[in-house]
Amino acid sequence: MALAIVLVLMVVGSVVFHFWSPWWLTPLASNWGAMDDTIMITFWVTGFVFIAVNLFIAYCVVKFRHSPGRKSAYEPENNKLESWLTILTAIGVFVMLAPGLVVYTDFIRVPKDAVIIEAVGQQWQWSYRYPGKDGALGKADNRHVTFENPLGIDPDDPWGEDDVVVVGAPAHIELDQPIKFNLRSKDVLHDFYVPQFRAKMDLVPGLVSYFWMTPTVAGTYEVMCAELCGVGHYNMRSSIVVDKKADYRKWLSKQTTFAQSQGREALGGDPVERGLLLTQQNGCIACHSLDGRSGVGPTWKGMYGSTGTLTDGTTTVADDAYLVESITNPGAKIREGYAPLMAAYPFSEDDLEAILAYFITLSE
Amino acid sequence: MTSLVKTLASKPWLSGKDQMGEPVEVRSFHFADKKVGLLAFFFVASSLFMLFIVGYRLRMVYEDWAPLQEPLTLWINSGFLVLASLALEFARQCMKRDNLRWGRWAFNAGGAASLLFLTGQLAAWQQLSEAGYMVASNPASSFFYLLTGIHGAHLLGGLVAWARTLTHLQAGGDRAAAQSSMDLCAIYWHYLLIVWGVLFYLLLVT
Amino acid sequence: MAYADQDTGHHHGPDAFIWKYVWSQDHKVIAIQYGCTAIAVGLLALVLSWLMRMQIGFPGSLEFIDPSAYYQYVTMHGMIMVIYLLTAFFLGGFGNYLIPLMCGARDMVFPFMNMLSYWFYLVSVIILVASYFVPGGPTGAGWTLYPPQSILQGTPGTDWGIVLMLLSLAVFIVAFTMGGLNYITTVLQARCRGMTLMRMPLSVWGIIAATLLGLLAFPALFVSAVMLLFDRLLDTSFFMPYIVHMGQALETGGGSPVLFQHLFWFFGHPEVYIVALPAFGLVSDILSTHARKNIFGYRMMVWAIIAIGGISFIVWAHHMYISGMNLYLGYFFATTTLIVAIPTAIKVYNWTLTLWHGNIILNTPMLFSIGFISTFLIGGLTGLFLGNVAVDIPLSDTYFVVAHFHMVMAIAPVMVVFAAIYHWYPKMTGRMYNEALGKWHFWITFLGTYLIYFPMHYLGFEGMPRRYYAYEGYEFISASAYGLNQFITVAAISVGVLQVLFLINMIWSLKAGRVAGPNPWLATTLEWQTPDTPPCHGNWRDELPMVYRWAYDYSVPGQEQDYLPQNQPMDNGEPDLSTDSATGAAPA
Repeated sequence: MALAIVLVLMVVGSVVFHFWSPWWLTPLASNWGAMDDTIMITFWVTGFVFIAVNLFIAYCVVKFRHSPGRKSAYEPENNKLESWLTILTAIGVFVMLAPGLVVYTDFIRVPKDAVIIEAVGQQWQWSYRYPGKDGALGKADNRHVTFENPLGIDPDDPWGEDDVVVVGAPAHIELDQPIKFNLRSKDVLHDFYVPQFRAKMDLVPGLVSYFWMTPTVAGTYEVMCAELCGVGHYNMRSSIVVDKKADYRKWLSKQTTFAQSQGREALGGDPVERGLLLTQQNGCIACHSLDGRSGVGPTWKGMYGSTGTLTDGTTTVADDAYLVESITNPGAKIREGYAPLMAAYPFSEDDLEAILAYFITLSE
Repeated sequence: MTSLVKTLASKPWLSGKDQMGEPVEVRSFHFADKKVGLLAFFFVASSLFMLFIVGYRLRMVYEDWAPLQEPLTLWINSGFLVLASLALEFARQCMKRDNLRWGRWAFNAGGAASLLFLTGQLAAWQQLSEAGYMVASNPASSFFYLLTGIHGAHLLGGLVAWARTLTHLQAGGDRAAAQSSMDLCAIYWHYLLIVWGVLFYLLLVT
Repeated sequence: MAYADQDTGHHHGPDAFIWKYVWSQDHKVIAIQYGCTAIAVGLLALVLSWLMRMQIGFPGSLEFIDPSAYYQYVTMHGMIMVIYLLTAFFLGGFGNYLIPLMCGARDMVFPFMNMLSYWFYLVSVIILVASYFVPGGPTGAGWTLYPPQSILQGTPGTDWGIVLMLLSLAVFIVAFTMGGLNYITTVLQARCRGMTLMRMPLSVWGIIAATLLGLLAFPALFVSAVMLLFDRLLDTSFFMPYIVHMGQALETGGGSPVLFQHLFWFFGHPEVYIVALPAFGLVSDILSTHARKNIFGYRMMVWAIIAIGGISFIVWAHHMYISGMNLYLGYFFATTTLIVAIPTAIKVYNWTLTLWHGNIILNTPMLFSIGFISTFLIGGLTGLFLGNVAVDIPLSDTYFVVAHFHMVMAIAPVMVVFAAIYHWYPKMTGRMYNEALGKWHFWITFLGTYLIYFPMHYLGFEGMPRRYYAYEGYEFISASAYGLNQFITVAAISVGVLQVLFLINMIWSLKAGRVAGPNPWLATTLEWQTPDTPPCHGNWRDELPMVYRWAYDYSVPGQEQDYLPQNQPMDNGEPDLSTDSATGAAPA
C-alpha cells in the first residue's frame, strides 16, 4: 500500500515539479526553436508513458497484493496484447523520430547565404576569424601556427590576407543573418557551446567541423566549452555579441586583418601591450585570474613582488627571477595549495620581459 | 540455424507435458568442453583482430600514411608458420592412429617451426628499424609493429600450451591429456595461420 | 577437467581455509570474492562522488579539491562504477554464482580458469587504485579517455595515471575474457538433463547475452587502449593529429581523435547493455517469484534480450552526434537507437504485466525490483531524448545526460543488485536478512535517488554543462540552480551514507539472521532445490538434478501447491496444458 501511495505521489510530484520548476530551457536566441519543439514532443510522449506505467504499477500493487487464499492467474503470454503494445510503441517512436529527423535535415543543410565565421579553440580560450572583403577564409592549418600567426593561417594563400583575426576578445555576429561556424582546434577536443543558440558542435584537432544558426535576439551571450579539455575546461570562456547590421559592420571595420597583424612586431613598441597579447594568445588567463580569484593557478592580481609560501614550506618573493623560472620551468617551485600542472613556456627573452612588464601593471 | 529458430519459437510451458519419461541430454555440442571454449575464444580473438584491421583501414586514409616496404623475411616466416601448422596437424593425426613416436616428433617439429617464425618476425623488426622505420616513424610502420606484435603474442600464448603438452608426452605422461591438448594446439595453430594470412595480405597490399 | 565425471562423483570440497576461501575454484566462492571486491572498490567510487558533489554544491568548502583533484574524481568514479563495480558484479558475481546452480551443473566447466579470472580482476583493481599513489595521481581525462587530451599535459595524471589506467583495463579485459569463456561454455555444455535453452530462467539468458556482448565488445576497448598506450609511450600517431599544444608544436601528427571515439563507443555502447541485460534477467526472475506468477511473455522476453543485444552493436555513434563525425551518420544512428526502444519497452510492459493478476508479496527484493522498473523507466524514457539526434544537440554534454545515464545504468542496475542480493542471500548464507532493515534501505535508496536525479534533468534543460569544476560567474545559470545543487549534494551524501544499513544487515544477518531453509521463497528454479544450503562444493550431492518443466510454473491451475520446481516430474494428474490455445488465455 505504501508503495502504491509513494508511486502516485511521485507521479503527481513530478508533474507539479515540472510546471513549478524555475529551471527550464534558457530563452531561445536562435532559429533553432524547432529543436525546442522536438524536445517538447518527446516530453509529452515520454511523460505520458511515465505516468501510465507508474500508475499501472501502483494499481497492480494494491489490487493484486498478496492474500493467502488467492492464486495468481496462469498466463504465459498473450500475443494479441503484446502485438498491440509493440505497435503502439512503434507509433510513439515514429512520432518522436520523424520530426527529429526533419529538424536534423535542416541542421545539416547549411543555407547558401550563410556567412562563414571560424571559431578556434585551444586550452583554454577561444579565438575567431572572419572572412575579409573577399568574403572567403584563407586556408589554415596547425602547421602554420606561430606567435605572430596564432590561428595558423596559410601565409601563402592570398585569400587569407584580409581575414579578420579576433584573439582574446568577444566575437560579434549579425542579427538575423545565417552563420556557418567553422570549428578548428589547436590542441585537444573542445565544444563550441552557447546555451541560448541550442546548436553546438565539437572542435576536433585535425579537421574542420561546423554547424550553422541564425541569431534572432540581439544581446551578449556566454560562450563556453562543453567537451572536457583539461583542468581549465570549466573556465574556457568567451562571449559573443549579436549586433544589428549597422553595429556589426562598424565593429568589423575596426578589426585588424591578418596582413596588418603580420607587421605587428614593428608596432610592438609597448612591452606592456605585447605582454598582455602574449598572455592572451597562450590562454594563460584560463588558469590565472586577473581579479584576485584563485583558479587552477594563482591569480596574477598583485602577484608581482608579493610574498608566498611554496609546497616545501619555504617562503619566496615573486621577483623577476622567480617569475621567469615559473614560466620557463614551472615544476621547479610550486605555490602552496596548487598542483604542478603547468606546461613550460620557453618564451624568448624579449617576450619574458614584456610579460614581466605587464605583470607589474597588475600589481599597481 | 533453423533448429535454433525452432528452439526459440517453442513454448516451454507446453513442451514436456507429453513426455513423461526421462529428460534428455541437452549439451549443445558433442565434442569436448575445451574445444568449445577454444572456439569461443576464436570468437573473441577474431573480434580483436577485426577491430585492429578496421582501425588500420580507417587510419590509412589520412594523408600522412606512407606505405611500407615489407621485408622479404616475412615470406620465409610465413613458410615456417605453414610448416608449424602442418606438423601439428600431422602430429594430431598420428596420435589418432596411436603412432606415438611420429606424433611426438611432429609435435616437437611444429613447436620448433613456430619458434623459428617468431625469431624471423623479430628479425623483420630488426631489419625495419635498421632501415629507419621505427614504431613512431609513420602510422604504417606503427601498425606493422602493433599487428605483428599482437599476433606474435597469441602465438607465444600457444607455445605455453605447447610446452605444457610436452610434459604430458614424456614417458609416463597422461596419454589422454596429451592427445586432447595436441588436438587443441593443432586447431589453434590453424587459426593463427589464417589470421596471419589475413594480416600479411593486408600489410602487402597497402 | 575437474568435473569430467559430472554425473558420478560426490565432490568433497577441500578443507583448509586457504583452499576453501582464498585459492578456491568453487564458483560460489569466486562469485563472493568478485562481489566483495566490487563492493569495496565501489565504496571508494561512492566516496569520490561525495567529494565531487561537495565541490558542485558547496564550491571551495573542501580546500583540497582543486580542479585536477576534481577531474580525477570524475574519471575514477565513472570508470570504477561502470567497469570495476557493475560489470564485475553482474557477470563475475551473479554470473558465477547463478549459472552453474540454475543450469544444474556442479561448477563452471573450467574451474581453474575461473579462479584465474578473479585474480586477474583483483590485479586490475590494484593497478587502478595504485594510480592514486604515483606521481601526478590518477588520470583526470574523464572515463572516456578521449585523446589527445588524455595524454597531453594540461590534464592531470598524464605521466603515470593514464598508463596505469590503460594497463588496468587491459588486465580487466583478460580477466573478463577468462570468465566469459567459462560462462558461455558452461551454459552450452553443462546444463543438466532436460534443461533446454527455453527452459532456462531469464537470469541465465540475460547473463549469457551480456557475456556474449562483452566478449565481442571488450576487444574494442582493448584495441583502443593498446593504441592509446602506443601513442602515449612510443610517440606513435594513431589518434594524434598535428597539434600546437600550449605554444609548442608537437612531433606527432596526422592521426584522428574521432577514430578513437568510434572504437571506444563500439565497446562503450554495448557496455551499457552488458550491465543492463543481466539486470533485466535477474529482475524478471525476482518479480515472477514474488508475484507468484509466471513471467509474462517469456518468449518475447528472450527475443527482446537477443534483439537488444544485437542492435546494441549498431547504435554506438549516438554518443558522437556532435563529435565532428560525418553528419549524415546521424540519420542511421538515430533510427537504430530509437528502434532499440521497442524491445526495451516490451520488457518494461511484460514486467508490469507480470504483476497484473499476480499475488504480490512486497518483501525487500520485490520492492527493489519494482523500484527498478520505475527508475529504469525514467532512464529509458530520457534516453529517447538523447538518442534522437536533433533533440540530443541542445542537451548533450549537459546535466541532462548525467541524470539520464545515472538513472538508466547506475540507479536502475543497482536496484537490481540490491534486489538480487536480498533475494539470493538466504541461499548464499543459509540465513535470512533482516526484513525491516531491508525495507528501510529500500525506501531511502528509492526515494533518495529519485530526489537526486529527477531535478537534475532540469539543470540540464537549463543548459548547465557537465564536468565543470565550478560555475562561478556564468550568468545564464539561474541563482536558484545553485540552491538546487546544494539540495542534490545533501541528498546524495545522505543516501550514500545510509547505504551503511545494507552493510549492517548483510554482516549482522550472517550470524544473527534466522535460518532460512533451502527454499524460503518457494521458488521454482534449480538453485533453490539444492540438497544443502548453502550448496556444498559441487552443488549437488550424488546425483545431478533433472529438469522436467520451464522455470515459471507458479500458480499452475489445478495444482494445490502454488509452485512446481523445475526438477519435479510431471504428474499424471496434472492438466495437459498443451491443448491450450497459443494465446494461453488466463483461466478465470
